[in-house]
Amino acid sequence: MKQLMTGNEAAAEAAIVAGCRYYYGYPITPQNELINYMSMRMPQVGGAFIQAESEIAAINMVYGSAAAGGRAMTSSSSPGISLKQEGISYLAGSELPCVIVNIQRGGPGLGDISASQADYFQAVKGGGHGDYHTIVLAPSSVQEMADLVYDAFDLADKYRNPVMILGDAQIGQLMEPVEFHKRPKKNLPQKTWALTGAEGRKRNIVKSFYPVKGQLEEFNAHLQRKYKTIKDNEVRYETINTHKADVVLVAYGTSARVCTEVVKKSSRLEFKVGLIRPITLWPFPKEVIRRISEKVQCILTVEMSAGQMVEDVRLAVEGRCPVHFYGRTGGGVPTSSQVIKKIVEIVPDNLADTLLQLAEVR
Amino acid sequence: MNNYFSTHMTERIILAGFGGQGMMLLGKLLAQAAMADGKKVTYFPSYGTEVRGGTAVYHLIISNDEIFSPIIEEADTLIIMNQPSYQKFKEMLKTDGLLLLNASMIKSNNFHDATVYKVSATEIASKLGNVLVSNIVMLGAYLAIKKLFPPALILEQLQEILKGKKGNLFTINKQALESGMHVIETMQHQSVQ
Repeated sequence: MKQLMTGNEAAAEAAIVAGCRYYYGYPITPQNELINYMSMRMPQVGGAFIQAESEIAAINMVYGSAAAGGRAMTSSSSPGISLKQEGISYLAGSELPCVIVNIQRGGPGLGDISASQADYFQAVKGGGHGDYHTIVLAPSSVQEMADLVYDAFDLADKYRNPVMILGDAQIGQLMEPVEFHKRPKKNLPQKTWALTGAEGRKRNIVKSFYPVKGQLEEFNAHLQRKYKTIKDNEVRYETINTHKADVVLVAYGTSARVCTEVVKKSSRLEFKVGLIRPITLWPFPKEVIRRISEKVQCILTVEMSAGQMVEDVRLAVEGRCPVHFYGRTGGGVPTSSQVIKKIVEIVPDNLADTLLQLAEVR
Repeated sequence: MNNYFSTHMTERIILAGFGGQGMMLLGKLLAQAAMADGKKVTYFPSYGTEVRGGTAVYHLIISNDEIFSPIIEEADTLIIMNQPSYQKFKEMLKTDGLLLLNASMIKSNNFHDATVYKVSATEIASKLGNVLVSNIVMLGAYLAIKKLFPPALILEQLQEILKGKKGNLFTINKQALESGMHVIETMQHQSVQ
């Protein structure tokens, strides 16, 4: 049955359905519907809900529950996620599965409470210290928020790795019909490494500390092998109208919704606009971007940032075609007409007339 | 289900008022009715520093087709409850769009290229005995103008929202909905004559 829900609420309910029974958080707008929903639902399903004394406390509570083998989650928004970075590095270094939701708001600093995608670097390049990655999933609708949160718990357990859901204020607050039709996978590996009491078995150790010379390098090599397996197997993306496209947009989350509108508006013209929508931001869908870059006039990356994902797009394209950028910052959300105007700027002059017609299409 | 909504139709509505005037609920009732009727729907509330008295704005899109961006660039309909919201959002309306105003709180008379309906929603609600149902008066008026859904579908959603402790509020909300519809029907009847 479909329910009308915010993205924040859908993330919380999906976590419950996925078997998450440990939620720790500290309030911050624009993700408060999530923590509020958890405070109502966790007691109903016999789970633990703690409004922690700080974001740092919350992420370390997640560490504890994950080490004991539970499905654990925390959520916050940009400034709060910055506070959690030390904990996330420790979780990655201890190979502990968990789900962290970041409903991004404008920054830097305390910023404001409107939608932003300016935490991309922090999410996909590490964020905390050390050579680590979290798997980063970027929903662009309320339904996809629910679907990706289920998958996040499975991915976290499969690879013993933190998974981040990278949303934004718009996807968190937006209400859309949503259905909870997925169930957690049944055949996931037993957590034989978890701290469940060592009576009658060999003791388990969960740690990120390797003081003996050489051991840490060995451990890092193991992590890198794991990350390569993730890169080889878990890339997700969606392409729309990219076949024979003249210009291809690359955008994720809320920006991708706007770009889909641009693709739809241009579908009546001879000039073809396509879209590549990364769903995993790490691992990044570089292969499809590389392939498509060989066939198009140019690529336009659209983000709610001053230009972050565009760096990964350029690394994937490696100069095969020009890569342009359009971004809004500080809480600004691009409109379809702004993106069309940018396309008109970057296409060759002989096609600009066609595109101006496009700008008139409603 | 019903034939109010022609195929390939998209209705983009901006709802605005001051915090506490119930625009959130008005939009949610429409959104839930749309969902129950099998339509695609997105409902994006503003969540700024709105408190009681501050301006609150909501973007509601109802469509037979998939909805891409939930942010409205040009609205088919504005439902506006007070003067500051009117000043702030009047430019968002498309040419010849529907402008539905709470006449109790908006005194402007200078409207360009719009189909204007003025409903004294606050006064009507006060006469019914609870000023809080002014939003439902506006909802009734909107339904009577656009006929997107049968009123019964909205009443079902109202009943769902008002179940339990708030159950005794159903009657006055139903009256408010009917009053809003009645105001429009009277206006339309008079203009025909």
